[in-house]
Amino acid sequence: MKFAESIRIAVRALNANKVRSALTMLGVIIGVAAVILLVAIGTGVQEEITGSIEGLGSNLIFVFAGNFEEGPGGGGPGGRAVRQFSVEDAELLQRRLGLEHSVVPVVQGPLTLRVGNRTMRTTVAAANENAGDVFSAEYVGGRWYRRSEVSASARVIVIGATVRDRLFPNQDPVGETMSVNGQRFTVIGHVAAQGGSLTGDQDNQVYMPITAAQRLLGTTDVGLIAIKAASADDVEGLQSRIRQVLAPRFGEEFSVFSQEQTLGIFQQILGTLTFMLAGIAGISLLVGGIGIMNIMLVSVSERTREIGIRKAVGARTYDIMSQFVIEAVTLSIAGGAVGIALGAVGARVLEQWVPTEVTAWAVALAFGFSAAVGVFFGVYPAYKASALDPIEALRYE
Amino acid sequence: MDRPNARPPGDPCDEARVILEARGVTKCYHLGEVEVHALRGVDLSVCEGQMLSLMGPSGSGKSTLMHIIGLLDRPTEGSVIVEAEEVSSMAPNDLAAVRNRWVGFVFQSFNLLSRTTALANVELPLVYAGVSGAQRSKRAREALERVGLGDRLGHLPNQLSGGQQQRVAIARALVTEPSIVLADEPTGNLDSASGVEVMGILQELNTQGITVVLVTHDDTVARHAERIVRIHDGLIVSDEPVAERLSAAELREAVVDMAGRPDA
Ligand SMILES: Nc1ncnc2c1ncn2[C@@H]1O[C@H](COP(=O)(O)OP(=O)(O)OP(=O)(O)O)[C@@H](O)[C@H]1O
Ligand SMILES: [Mg+2]
Repeated sequence: MKFAESIRIAVRALNANKVRSALTMLGVIIGVAAVILLVAIGTGVQEEITGSIEGLGSNLIFVFAGNFEEGPGGGGPGGRAVRQFSVEDAELLQRRLGLEHSVVPVVQGPLTLRVGNRTMRTTVAAANENAGDVFSAEYVGGRWYRRSEVSASARVIVIGATVRDRLFPNQDPVGETMSVNGQRFTVIGHVAAQGGSLTGDQDNQVYMPITAAQRLLGTTDVGLIAIKAASADDVEGLQSRIRQVLAPRFGEEFSVFSQEQTLGIFQQILGTLTFMLAGIAGISLLVGGIGIMNIMLVSVSERTREIGIRKAVGARTYDIMSQFVIEAVTLSIAGGAVGIALGAVGARVLEQWVPTEVTAWAVALAFGFSAAVGVFFGVYPAYKASALDPIEALRYE
Repeated sequence: MDRPNARPPGDPCDEARVILEARGVTKCYHLGEVEVHALRGVDLSVCEGQMLSLMGPSGSGKSTLMHIIGLLDRPTEGSVIVEAEEVSSMAPNDLAAVRNRWVGFVFQSFNLLSRTTALANVELPLVYAGVSGAQRSKRAREALERVGLGDRLGHLPNQLSGGQQQRVAIARALVTEPSIVLADEPTGNLDSASGVEVMGILQELNTQGITVVLVTHDDTVARHAERIVRIHDGLIVSDEPVAERLSAAELREAVVDMAGRPDA
């Protein structure tokens, strides 16, 4: 029997039970859509973070508190409490590394802004006067904070594009005042819209002297210290010098990464995360496959007589087997196609909140996997059908 | 195999024309502790071009025998020889191929695929014979025309009368141009007029050279054949030629005359 003929028989059989076929397909549709969607989110986030690290400028070195270099169990953020850096540590580094390299301590945290009756929640990225070396912010108006303002913890603030549009619509914000966590700040500058970044949505972000931010957040800790090397050739040497400087104070409990290493780590973490998400979604695809097997078993026993008739007129084992496998695969592939479409649409919709990216490999994987699910879960019912004794099948009521 | 008395006494054909032979066929079903002996050693030769009736009371093993000689079922003991070839030890797929080419079945309960049209039902054996689409529908159409259903191609089985459904089943049996047609009580579910019609078609096939084996327990139906084999409790008890063979064509005219109206 020809392949096209088998497909025609399968489609006819599925058409005869439209509701049942649709419900069976739903399991696969949900599974495939979930795979597509979750992988799209994983990939999207990965791309965005990669992009923002790459966009930070070049020759950067990041120093984090805690030992991330020994792999899992090495005392990462989830491990034992880690002594954090302070501004003094950054100043020590600056002194020891020399002024040709700029050392920038960075603090991040959530804030609530208020102007008149308008409020919004945002995050702050606070640093010292060298902030411009690590934040790729481009002014539209005003200026960055100065060294004197850092030492004086001056209540000055530079705002992102979204913040400006929300709190100062159609207005030049420079020189205006706003309330930040209840404190009065003066806006000294605003920056151009630039989309997402390592530190979250950069447009929804504000910048201020690190001293002012620490006071607002009630901490003396520094989240990370960024160092911009004077040239690319200095990066490696600087990394070991930084280790020498910090070792007496922190022992092993700090990590030094170059920009490339950071990128590699993020890509590794997010890649693993994406695979995990795909795996979790894959489980729902598996459940969909079991649904197919279930309905195929029902279908085989319902159609025992049909199988008997087909065998009586000369169908071979292979003919019956392929008929039912093709039926199962048709179900799963149709479900897979709908699921891919649904997942892609879902990814588009979600894009408002999370970066998503539907990649060809995710589509191919989901499609291949759903076809495999059809074959895998279709073979047993098909085998059962093909192994029926023709006479017993004909006698079946 | 040593068979001093293989050919039953009523068998009129010579060795060369034996198309189908059962030798020492038994069939035993195990139902838990109980053994049911449906056939207890049947020897039967069917001649090429013959029309044979298999008669016997209910439960005597007629259907069982027909399934075995039609290669749908395997004997517990004994052998089935088709065109001088031993088939009872063939692999299932080879049996399927022989069934497809060589046998046509007509069942009491029609056994049509309920969701497919008359035409598609008749095409079915050709699908498994690997005949291409256009050729298939042409041949199926011709077969349906031969049984007088040329105008019912697109009907589903439940849109046809019992007699029409049985004629679709006959068309399906003959579409592969088989050597033999096996009909298990083909008129059992039909009224007498439809029954006569079906018998007429089977007789016509027979005159065209197809061997027909007919299972029935109706004496009148049986007398449409040229030979009657009686079976009782799984054994052949008599095998005789029919003295006055009935012709369905003549019977049909008689029915029409009695109804007092010309052909419909
Ligand atoms: N699958 C089976 N399992 C057990 N016993 C069976 C089976 N098929 C047939 N039999 C038994 O074999 C015997 C012969 O059955 P068979 O169907 O051949 O009779 P038959 O002559 O065709 O009867 P009828 O005229 O009623 O159709 C019966 O006693 C029946 O109970
Ligand atoms: Mg019977």
